[in-house]
Formats: sequence, structure tokens, C-alpha cells
Amino acid sequence: MNMTTKQKKVFWRILLTIPVLLIVHLLPLEGWLNGIFYLIPYLLIGYDILKKAVRGIWNREIFDENFLMAVATVGALLLGEYLEATAVMLFYQIGELFQSVAVGKSRKNIADLMDICPDYANVETKEGQWKETDPDEVPVGSLILVKPGEKIPLDGTILEGVSCLNTAALTGESVPRDVKAGDDVVSGCINLSGVLKIRTTKEFEDSTVSKILELVENSSMHKAKSEQFITKSAHYYTPAVCYSALALALLPPLIRILAMGMEAQWSVWAIRALTFLVISCPCALVISIPLSFFGGIGGASAKGILIKGANYLEALAKAECMVFDKTGTLTKGVFEVTEVHAQEGFSEEELCRIAANAESFSNHPISRSLVAYYEKQSGITPEQESVSEVEELSGYGIRANVDGKPVWVGNRRLMEQMGIAVEPMGEAAVVYVAVQGKYAGCMVLEDREKPQSLEAMQRLKQAGIRKLVMLTGDVKTVAEKVAARLGMDEVKSELLPEQKVGQVEVLLKEKTPGHTLVFVGDGINDAPVLTRSDVGISMGALGSDAAIEAADIVLMDDNPLKVAEAIRISRKCLRIVYENIALAIGVKGICLVLGALGIANMWLAIFADVGVMVLAVLNAIRCLEFNKK
Amino acid sequence: MKKYGIEVDCANCALKMEEAANKVPGVVKATVSFMTQKMKVEFEEGADETAVMQEVLKACKKVEADCEIFL
Repeated sequence: MNMTTKQKKVFWRILLTIPVLLIVHLLPLEGWLNGIFYLIPYLLIGYDILKKAVRGIWNREIFDENFLMAVATVGALLLGEYLEATAVMLFYQIGELFQSVAVGKSRKNIADLMDICPDYANVETKEGQWKETDPDEVPVGSLILVKPGEKIPLDGTILEGVSCLNTAALTGESVPRDVKAGDDVVSGCINLSGVLKIRTTKEFEDSTVSKILELVENSSMHKAKSEQFITKSAHYYTPAVCYSALALALLPPLIRILAMGMEAQWSVWAIRALTFLVISCPCALVISIPLSFFGGIGGASAKGILIKGANYLEALAKAECMVFDKTGTLTKGVFEVTEVHAQEGFSEEELCRIAANAESFSNHPISRSLVAYYEKQSGITPEQESVSEVEELSGYGIRANVDGKPVWVGNRRLMEQMGIAVEPMGEAAVVYVAVQGKYAGCMVLEDREKPQSLEAMQRLKQAGIRKLVMLTGDVKTVAEKVAARLGMDEVKSELLPEQKVGQVEVLLKEKTPGHTLVFVGDGINDAPVLTRSDVGISMGALGSDAAIEAADIVLMDDNPLKVAEAIRISRKCLRIVYENIALAIGVKGICLVLGALGIANMWLAIFADVGVMVLAVLNAIRCLEFNKK
Repeated sequence: MKKYGIEVDCANCALKMEEAANKVPGVVKATVSFMTQKMKVEFEEGADETAVMQEVLKACKKVEADCEIFL
């Protein structure tokens, strides 16, 4: 096991204390002499706790665990409970060591998974040589060389080379991504096959890697409500138990003497008070709850789900209503040909060929969709040589000569302008084709759902999300069709970006108190909605700064299943937190009562403190799930 | 802006260190990351970085005796 030097020191002290304690215990000594011998193992194991307690009092930060332990054990020593005093200290140290190693190991695991920070960049020098440089010192526009197996150190554009990239550390997705010259690449990806020459477009500070690391590093600052509750209540809790213990030591004996005329039994009540103190140590909660959130956030980030703080994880677990943007979130945001209607005299292939050829010079998204469809269907690229006199009529379409015949490809307005009668199609995006002034047919384009959208919605329903809402600026017919296919509960269409905020506000008013509304968008134009909702999730953030800034939770790729995964992780994490709160408060509550009544002794108190802490920490580690990819 | 390696055992202790470091004169902003075990410090113009960091270390040791900053 890997331990820090400090942990190793405690480890050896524990190992040494056990035999010493046994020997002292077996020595035939009596009274004060016995006590003096017990001081050897007691101080060996507990000197640092005593030191910290004294220092705490000195710095006016009393009432921490060290203080509790010091008071309890010194008190026990004074009362002649030497073995118990030493044992409490010993087990407390064992528990502390255990949790320290566990926390350190979880931390390292997460840090390894998030190991995206590049150590160097191969930069071209003025002499044309390659020099290893600190990524921090590479100016924008430098030429860098990335060999196979190396991390891309800075965001940039590929100048030369073909390769595939492993983006697993960023997105949690293990399928490699193919890249070629002209593609934009982001830092943190691992170059798998070919040598790449990259022109950097950002400084290290602004590159994706830095943005992500900063986000992950800062996430511990946003504390969850349950975490805040524990830290806040610890301020009152420890003094409260200290005074209660004092009362337990003083009041019953006084009452016995003064009111009941009985023997005071000072030492009996003093021991009960000390037992009470040991039981009440809040370590189990103070340690396990931050660890649970830390594990949940860390485990999620390894899957490409970056959560900006424990408070958002908590809010996500309480999601009741989820609002989705349509374009780019549930759908691909790319138009695809879904139907082809050819008029008599034209075959479907012929229609597609004419349209694709005419559109092959255009960069309009719809043009490219038509070309892509033709290429996919026929397996050949458009023959640009058969096209002449291309004219792009902005807002209408294209006029060109294909195979020597005049062709019009465009929207309805183009056809109306040309005086060509067409069949009416209700859809939003329809491309009409006319050849030699005669209507030849049309092609219907749709923005298709992502392949994972349906499953994602079903999983969210199964997870108990009560309402799935879709907001879109798209026309009603299209929106309703998509919503029906995905099984959304509500759909609001033909919205302007600012109207989306209004819709979200209405939904916020409708939800039941104590639950949350989550908005999922692609980070483009929806920053106001992301901020307005309880939890804003932006997806496809790889390379988009705006999305990273505006959202509370960032999905590194655009797979909607990650939303369901995020909900699952948050629920699991919260469940573990509540389990630990119940476990700690339950066991300690029972033991406190038993201790006050004198039924529980010091040994049970040790279990209530250290045992519960170990159980809680083990439970909290389940949040990490670093083995599951 | 400089980065220092640190050794700290718990997220809460890291936060305590950060609070303490931010109060040291000469420090504009200090951030401590428990996850990466690093402390980022932004110094005031013309501040003696080594001297300031000695003070930061002292301040951190006061709130969290077990912590370490590798200067």
C-alpha cells in the first residue's frame, strides 16, 4: 500500500504501541506505578493528538476532534482507567490512518483518471528544430509536433498528418476519433497513430485542458447543502456535547447527594461522561460526507461529466422536471434527407442526382446534406463537370445547368417566383427540384434524433423524472413529431431564445417544492436558460468555452445518455450520504443514551466512534466506482 | 502566478489552508486544490515571493499542523 511518510509514521507507531500496551497490561503492577507505565504506550500513540489539542486551545480553535479525544483520554487516565484511555487513543489513530489512506487513494484514483495535463509541447524553433517546451510558454500560432502516444498539449488546427485520437480522458468515450489536416483538435486527447503537425490556436491557459482542470479543481468549493449542514452544525455540536458531558459528570452526583441523600459516585458519573464524549466524536460525518461528494464528482468526471460543485450534484439528484432543447441536444442538429418524392418521368435516383449535382458547389448546410445523401445512396460523388452556370440565389436556392438542362433547386418561394406549381408539403425543410421549367419532385429534410435520445428519455422516465419537456424554436409539426417519437410529456415550439426563459419560469413555478428543474442544452444561445434553471447542463462542450462557462454541469460529448448517467450517479451519491448520516446519528444516538445510563462502556464507545467512521468511509468510497468505465 | 506542490490529507483541511493563505500580506489570491494537491498563488506586484511563501507556510501550519508546502 502506498502511504505518505506521515501515514507511515503513524502506522509504525500503531504497530509499536500494540505490543508495548500488551506488556504493560501483563506487568504485575498496582496503582500509581501502573499508571506511570501505561503512560509509555499512551504517549507513544497519542502525543500528536495532545499536542494538536493544546495548539488548538492556544489558537482559540478548541472543540475539534483532537480536543474531544484529549479530554476523554486524559480524564480516563486520571480516573485510573489506563487500559481504556490508551485503547481509545490507539483505535482513534487506527481509524484516522484508515480514513486518511482511503481518502488519499480515492484522490489519487480520480487524479489519475483526470490525468489530461500535458507535460511538454514539441515546438518548432526558428531554426526549424523541434524543442520540448513547457506548454505554458507556447505562444498562439506556434507549430507543434505531436507523435503517436503523446498528449496533444494545446488546442489547435492540424496542418499536416492523419491520425486517430483517444478522447477517453475528456469524454469517457473509448471510441477513437479520426482526424485529418484542417480539423480542429483539443488538448488532452491522446494521439494514437500518426504524427501530427498542429498550429496552436490558444494559449495553454485558455485551452480545453486548463478549462477542465480548473473546473474540476474548483468543484470542491461549492459545497452541498448537506455538507454545509454538517460543517455548520459541527460548530455547535462539539461545544454542545462537551457541556452535556460536563453536566453528566456533575449534575447526577449532585442530585444524588443533595436531593436523594445517596452516595455521590463521582467516578462512576465521570467515566460515563467520558464515554459520552468518545461516542459523540463527529468524525464519521465530517469525513464521509465530503468524501462521498468528492467521489461522486470525481467518478463522474472520469466519464466525461463535469460537475461544478457538490451543490449541483445534490440538486441534480432531486430533479423532477427536465427540460431539453431540441436542436443539437436531442437531435443531431444536422439535416438529413428522409423522404424523396419524384414526379412522373423522374426516378428517385435521377432526382437526387440532379439536386446533388446542382448543389455540389454550395456550402449551405442543406446543400451539403443533399450531397451527403446522394453520396450515401449511390456511392458516387457528384459529377461537377456536368454542371455549369451555377448561380446561388440567396434565400431561395440554386439555378444551374445540369447535363445542359436548366435546373432550379430550392424552396417553395423559388418555385412560386418561377411560377412552377408544386405539391404542398407541410414540413419545414423541403427542397423542390424543377427541370426545364417543370416540377420534377421534392426532397424532405429532417433534423433526426440522435440514436441514443430515445433510450436516454426512457431511462430518465425509469429513474422517476416526472416531466420531460422539449423546448424548440422549430415549427410545431416537426417539434411534435420528434416529441412524440421520444415520448416527451410536453412540447413548446416556435419559441424565440428569450421565450425559452419564460417557459422555464412557468415550469419552475409548477414544480413541487424541494425538487429541482434541470435544463439540458447544447450551450449555444441558451446561456440565460442555463442560468435560470436550478441545474443547467450543457452538452458537446468539447471545444466550446461558452458552454463550459454558463452551465453547472458540463457533458464533454453530445451523448444524451450521459444525462441519465449523471442523474444515476447523483442519486447514488446522495443515497450514500443519507445512509451515512442515518448510520452515524443512529448508532451514536443509541450509544449516547446507553452511555448516559451506564450500560455502554468505553469499548462500545470506541466502536461507536472509530467503527462507525470506518463503515461510513467504506460506504462513501462506493461513490467513486472508478472500475466501471 | 506560481504553482506549488502541497501535501494535505482532507478536502476540508485544504480549504482551511486556502483561507489562511489568502490572509497573508503579499498574496492577491491563493487557491488550493485537494484533488491535484497543488496550491496556486498570485502575488502582489513587487512582492518578495520567497518571503511571502514562508509566511503562507507558517499561516497554513497554524490552521493545519500536518500540511506541507513544497517550496
